Amino acid sequence: MKAPRFAYTRVTTVADAVSLLRQHGDDARLLAGGQTLLATLNMRLSEPVVLVDITGIEALHGVAVQDGFLRIGALTRHVDIERSELVAQRLPLLTQAVPFLAHAAIRNRGTFGGSVAFADPAAEWPACALAADGELILSNGTNERRVMAGDFFIDLYQTDLHPDELIIAVEFPLPGRQRRFAFTELARRHGDYAIVGIAVAGDISGGVMGDLRIVFLGVGNTPMRALGAETALNGKRGDPAVLAAAIASLSEDIAPSDDLYTSAAAKSHLAGVLLQRAVKSLLHEGETP
Amino acid sequence: MNDLVAPPVVAEAAAPPHIGRRVVRPNARRLTEGRGTYVDDVELPRMAHVVYLRSPHAHARVVSVDVTAAHAMPGVIAIVDGARLAQVCAPFVGTLSHMVGMRSAPQYAIAIDRACWQGEAVLAIVADTRALAEDAVETIVVEWEPLPAVADMETALAPQTPVIHAELGSNLCYHRELDTGGVDAAFAGADVVVEETYVFGRHTGVTMEPRSVLADFNPAERRLTVHHSHQAPHMMADLYARQLGLPEADVRVICRDVGGSFGIKVHAYADDFATVALAVLLKRPVKFVADRLESFVTDIHAREHRVKARLALTREGRMLAFDIDDLTGIGPYSMFPRTSVVEGNQVVNITGGPYNHPEYRAKLDVVFQNKVQTSQYRGVGHPVACAVTEGIVDLAAVRMGIDPLELRRRNVMEDDSYPRKGASGIVLEKLSHQQCLAKLETMIDYPALRQEQAELRKKGIYRGIGIAVLIELTNPGAAFYGVGGARIAAQEGATVRLDPTGVVHCAVGVGEQGQGTETIFAQIAADEVGLPLAAVRIITGDTAVTPYGGGTWASRGAGIGGEAVLQASRQLRTNILALAAAHLKRDAGELDVADGKVRDRATQATLVDFAELGRIAYFRPDLLPQGFQSELVVTRHYSQRTYPFVFTNGVQASYVEVDIETGFVKLLKHWAVEDCGRVINPLLLDEQIRGAIVQGIGGALFEECLYDGSGLLRNGSMADYLVPMASEMPDIEVAHVETPTRTSELGAKGAGEAGTAGAPAAVMNAINDALAPFDVRVTAQPFTPEKILRALNKI
Ligand SMILES: Cc1cc2nc3c(=O)[nH]c(=O)nc-3n(C[C@H](O)[C@H](O)[C@H](O)COP(=O)(O)OP(=O)(O)OC[C@H]3O[C@@H](n4cnc5c(N)ncnc54)[C@H](O)[C@@H]3O)c2cc1C
Repeated sequence: MKAPRFAYTRVTTVADAVSLLRQHGDDARLLAGGQTLLATLNMRLSEPVVLVDITGIEALHGVAVQDGFLRIGALTRHVDIERSELVAQRLPLLTQAVPFLAHAAIRNRGTFGGSVAFADPAAEWPACALAADGELILSNGTNERRVMAGDFFIDLYQTDLHPDELIIAVEFPLPGRQRRFAFTELARRHGDYAIVGIAVAGDISGGVMGDLRIVFLGVGNTPMRALGAETALNGKRGDPAVLAAAIASLSEDIAPSDDLYTSAAAKSHLAGVLLQRAVKSLLHEGETP
Repeated sequence: MNDLVAPPVVAEAAAPPHIGRRVVRPNARRLTEGRGTYVDDVELPRMAHVVYLRSPHAHARVVSVDVTAAHAMPGVIAIVDGARLAQVCAPFVGTLSHMVGMRSAPQYAIAIDRACWQGEAVLAIVADTRALAEDAVETIVVEWEPLPAVADMETALAPQTPVIHAELGSNLCYHRELDTGGVDAAFAGADVVVEETYVFGRHTGVTMEPRSVLADFNPAERRLTVHHSHQAPHMMADLYARQLGLPEADVRVICRDVGGSFGIKVHAYADDFATVALAVLLKRPVKFVADRLESFVTDIHAREHRVKARLALTREGRMLAFDIDDLTGIGPYSMFPRTSVVEGNQVVNITGGPYNHPEYRAKLDVVFQNKVQTSQYRGVGHPVACAVTEGIVDLAAVRMGIDPLELRRRNVMEDDSYPRKGASGIVLEKLSHQQCLAKLETMIDYPALRQEQAELRKKGIYRGIGIAVLIELTNPGAAFYGVGGARIAAQEGATVRLDPTGVVHCAVGVGEQGQGTETIFAQIAADEVGLPLAAVRIITGDTAVTPYGGGTWASRGAGIGGEAVLQASRQLRTNILALAAAHLKRDAGELDVADGKVRDRATQATLVDFAELGRIAYFRPDLLPQGFQSELVVTRHYSQRTYPFVFTNGVQASYVEVDIETGFVKLLKHWAVEDCGRVINPLLLDEQIRGAIVQGIGGALFEECLYDGSGLLRNGSMADYLVPMASEMPDIEVAHVETPTRTSELGAKGAGEAGTAGAPAAVMNAINDALAPFDVRVTAQPFTPEKILRALNKI
């Protein structure tokens, strides 16, 4: 199919983008990497009147460390994260997750901000943002607002982003020495959206886990934080009984539904398998009982 | 297509013989540089674009259609319904007379009043561009009255199920039974009987270039030219002529580059007739290029089968009898003109095909349903027959505690037993099962692989080895279609021409869809005429230019088309020698041809080259003796008439690891030993085998058209329909045994489909071998993690 007719504007400032959003309301759409938006246009699933290309806004690009935070600009492409030494050193969770994200051609265009804004519950970045306790910086051209990832994802494809706001960046607190990360997921074909995935952050001290943040993707309407599993594991070593208790508590934490190929029951089972594998990969040799 | 510019690139030494060498496709460079000419690249003056409004329901009556707003939309040229088109294009029925008792209903270019599957076109919207036509479609209001849909083939024949075509009285399209007579006695007397049901998910071929037609009708001379992405241009020319009432001589079909076909593009679609009829009606060129989404609901599907199988053996592991019951659902109409029963028919003919068992019984029911039509797709029935055969043979091996390779060794037809018949009555010229099994065993180092498997199992790693022996029907004669009344050429022709610069042009009825057909024709012509590969030009895909031919299907391109090229080239060489003899005043017997030059046979001294001979023949015939006339154009035809088909054989092995916690299958390695007779180009052959194996793996692990209970396709997009992709594919090792067919001088049999035939069976057997410690099996393709987890009782 062919996309319906639309107007296209390229802006270079947040203020210009916002003024177009205000002017056109729901008829305007921000265009970042286009790897989600353009497909929906071509399938005529959405018919915006004007596309506002924001890729020319300099301030939204780039990865930097400042004031104890790792800041990822909204327009940072997946491939930039994949290749960033800084990210690999300071927040390896993202480096671990990015190979699972789509295919090279898509990673070359798709952006961090676009992925977070679209908020697909099976996408990697929203789950990582939650697991690494990211804070979103949103702007309406005049005011900036900060929202924790945990408050940003509201429901299926629904976020706290206001209609006249852009995501500017996501800031992550720089992890301490004891903080470790794990990411893994299951997809039928490499690069597909995950059936189930897991992002874990935790402090490990002498094989004991603490301050865990366990987030699942693909098993609910948003990235799902597994608070029950965190409680079951915090302060514990990764022995089989502890893991079993954590897996058992998942039934309270996640709410998967059937998709085309995988039943909710299978997803629940797979979430347990991934939890076990992620915890194991968090622990070094000798730390596992 | 004719490659006028790019000289062929040759991987190995360009010296003859070219046959048997790894010659790289000369057209690959043009295509990878984006210089191909697909139908959508062809632009004609006053060309319009058509979009079809398609039924969103599996079965529905069209109550009313309001096109008022659409007519007022920018760029709209015409909005045409089925009744109007029926005045230009006659309806068609997809039956073959040799499939005794088969029935189907007349199908129209555009459905009239009633749609019988989700995706069937009910209205054509023609506009200046595709985008404008799509804009207009959105304004059309159709009032539908949904009718009960037949979705599940299992209940299609049940008395309470509505009948799709009242005039047929039931939803049965075709029924066939085959019985050697002693099956019940064989089972009664058997020491071992195994029984299992195999289910095959409906899937489809996904071509990179979608189906495309550009119809150009010139009303002044009533001539029709159709640019088509198709495998059988002459068949389409004949059908357009008949359905539109034009003399066939005034219809020309041109297939330039075709971006993949796999059988998807060997059929005559309602959309094709509609597009051509619109061009006639509107008196201007009309282009239709299917988009990916509509391809999923209009391209033929295939392989929706459920086969119940039984196998009887002696306690020594000798097979006595196969007994199968196949049910297949084909959509609301049998596909025109090749029908939708061939796949099931092949399952009946080929199940048990490699083995020596004396008794065989098969029952086939082909039923109508309200889903996309099914028909021939790469492998046609073989992947089903092979999975049933090899699945149940493996089950017997497990039950009897016999090694699966050994059980096959004990039962395959012996290499020295040919020619002979199989239990189903198929005639086999010469196969090499024993040699292939022996070769496979060394190739995969079977004992070492079994040992590795055993050791890993102790560590909780579950790997499986799956073997699949197969036979494959290729090089058909008229048995497929001609005898059933379909006007699809069983013969093939080639015309070779030496031009004044010493270059040979070769026009063949079989075309190129990406598999390298033109390259092997060039190799054959170069060797048989005796000139460098770079001095050969191949022309295919134009009914006005090439000899009348059948096109690409049933793995016939190399075997049938190649032999025509060989015969024509050989005669041209003789004619060139005669010309040289006349010119040199020598005896032709003293002369020889090599590398585009005529040499003295005794001294090997070059006497004259082709360019000089061409110059004399065309421009200075006055220099030749009186009474001598050079003939530098030769046409030869070939049809295979010794057997209904020339069968090939092979064996594949798959090595997989099943993650028993997640149900995920990792393909570790795949091997194929195959015998397609004389190997013309090992490079292209291996790629055909690999590509075909990947397509087979697609059906085994990924691809399925998922329908809901009301006949609606749930996964009709590239995001949801899972084609196999490179990351998941294993390395595929290919080896060959060469048993040339004696039905031709070339000796080549078909090779394009065997990979697809064997791969699903090999993968299924490997998975079940991995699952063996848990005493569970999976038999419903595709083998998803969900199904494996359920089998393992994890969920
Ligand atoms: C074949 C394929 C496979 C894919 N697989 C995966 C996968 O496995 N995992 C995964 O996570 N993703 C996957 N994607 C999606 C991909 O990652 C997208 O790039 C991403 O989801 C959206 O980013 P984008 O920059 O392309 O956004 P766009 O498509 O340009 O925009 C998406 C939405 O976000 C809005 N938006 C964009 N930027 C901003 C901003 N700064 N502020 C506010 N709103 C904004 C847009 O208005 C739009 O509504 C896949 C895509 C394809 C085509």
